[in-house]
Amino acid sequence: MFIELLKIELYKIFKRPRTFIAFGAIAVIILLVQFALKVNGKDFVQFYTDSQADTFDIPYEKILNGYFVCVAVLHMILIHVPLLVALIAGDMISGEASLGTLRLLAGKPVTRTRLLMAKFSASTVYVALLLAWMALFALLGSMLIFGTEDLVVFKETDLHIIKAGDVIWRFFAAFVFAALALTTIAAMALMFSVFSENSLGPIVATVCVVIVFTIVQQLRVPVFEETVNPWSFTTHMLGWKGFFYVEKNAEGATITGSIENPAALLRSGLILTGYIVLFLGISIRSFNKKDILS
Amino acid sequence: MNQVIRVQQLSKDFGDIKAVRDLSFSVGEGQVYGFLGQNGAGKSTTIRMLLTLVEPSSGTIEIFGMNLKKHRKEILRQTGAIIEKPDLYKYLTAKENLRIFSRLSGVKASEKKIMDQLALVGLTERADSKVKTYSQGMKQRLGLATALVHDPALILLDEPTNGLDPQGIADMRNLILHLSRDLGKTLLVSSHLLGEMEMVADHMLIIHKGKKVVEGRVTELLNPEQSIVELLTPDLPATLVFLRQSEWAATVKEPVNGTIRLEFNKQRIPELNRQLVEKGIPVLSLRPLNSLEDYFLSLTKE
Repeated sequence: MFIELLKIELYKIFKRPRTFIAFGAIAVIILLVQFALKVNGKDFVQFYTDSQADTFDIPYEKILNGYFVCVAVLHMILIHVPLLVALIAGDMISGEASLGTLRLLAGKPVTRTRLLMAKFSASTVYVALLLAWMALFALLGSMLIFGTEDLVVFKETDLHIIKAGDVIWRFFAAFVFAALALTTIAAMALMFSVFSENSLGPIVATVCVVIVFTIVQQLRVPVFEETVNPWSFTTHMLGWKGFFYVEKNAEGATITGSIENPAALLRSGLILTGYIVLFLGISIRSFNKKDILS
Repeated sequence: MNQVIRVQQLSKDFGDIKAVRDLSFSVGEGQVYGFLGQNGAGKSTTIRMLLTLVEPSSGTIEIFGMNLKKHRKEILRQTGAIIEKPDLYKYLTAKENLRIFSRLSGVKASEKKIMDQLALVGLTERADSKVKTYSQGMKQRLGLATALVHDPALILLDEPTNGLDPQGIADMRNLILHLSRDLGKTLLVSSHLLGEMEMVADHMLIIHKGKKVVEGRVTELLNPEQSIVELLTPDLPATLVFLRQSEWAATVKEPVNGTIRLEFNKQRIPELNRQLVEKGIPVLSLRPLNSLEDYFLSLTKE
């Protein structure tokens, strides 16, 4: 029955035109970034390599390859994708309530927990498809347009050079991690959705929470750095970048297949999973106790 | 007769508001049970409790002889419902909506079954149209089809004629009677339209401010001894003179809007008609008023 419920939820999601706004927006943004980098990519690379330009002879054309462009695209758009996820997940329960169909669903021989889990799973599938779509455009598209070379990643003043043959698995891992991060957003939006009877409230609430915590994180105020930021999900949502920071040997050469700080990545993953469990727990408890009056 | 629904001492409070208070009633198999009350009387809250949408504050509900709390899935599998407005997925077609709701009820309805349901409610030609293009009446009929698609034994209809035009109301009435008489379904139908209830329900419960006022067979609830009968005649003064000097004098009330009202056993209407004709008094109409409405108002007036 759960699979049947999941199929129904996915059917409903993909029958709504608004679902495809996100896919369209991502495609347009990625194509715009790719176009901008194709036309003016050298300036973009120069901006990041400015501090090393006096020391090294920077091979701008080699740096500006498909992998580099994909990382740049992910940097630019992953921060905005929570809005697109909230648009769907925030509407899951509240949208049914405002449409008047929640009472029909909840009056069927299906437990509310199962109903909610089906909706959460459908949101997760939506996130996965959104990221697969992003990968198609950002990675495959960039590889086709810009070609492939070793990947150069900038971490503050540090350079990480990853061999071309060591890159693809990192993208795969980064997309999986991004899926976990966006699933956290989906779980939070679903939680807000349980408490609301209009679609807009949970979507706005989710986006506001993400903005507030992102600002708190970027302020770098010591008191927040010690208390809030280590536990804030927005801090850990950026964990995907960790797959592109590699270990170096004594000579300063990067070690193929390595990750600079796997423990931090694991911790981020666990904290995000913890948030998902917390948000889902609150949602299930509240939804089961809720009197459906809409 | 087997009892399909048995409600005992059911109450629901929303904060300080007591929506339903100590409500007890039972619905027998095959009955059309009218659930009457003004808006806000507690009808919808009671139906929502029967569907587990609202948690009762106290009391017990048994359906098909099973406790609703303990056997929710088994009971809801055999129950279909429309609750207030027939809100469906507007961006889907009628067929898609029916397919989804049948699957949610644990039934994979075949294409034929879906088309049969649409035929039952007269929507075959619009089967592939999106619900957002439907009129209110069509949505109401589709809502009923979604409630019936899994062939439930018990059907709960909350204000099923809301928003329907006279033809739609008549169609809904016929459908309710068909479901009960021809298919043997048990129906609990809530409404504030007393005349409609009188035409379809065999048992009735009147609820006011969350409390049961009266319950019983419709024929027993309505007192045929004292019906209000309305007489319409083009010669009002002469008719009044005749009536006040005849054996009907005690039954005559003050004229209202050019009509004469009398209170007597409606079985005597032919007798009055005959006497009026014999006296040469033209009769345009002579009919009992909706006695249930009068009865209802007398029970619920403050």
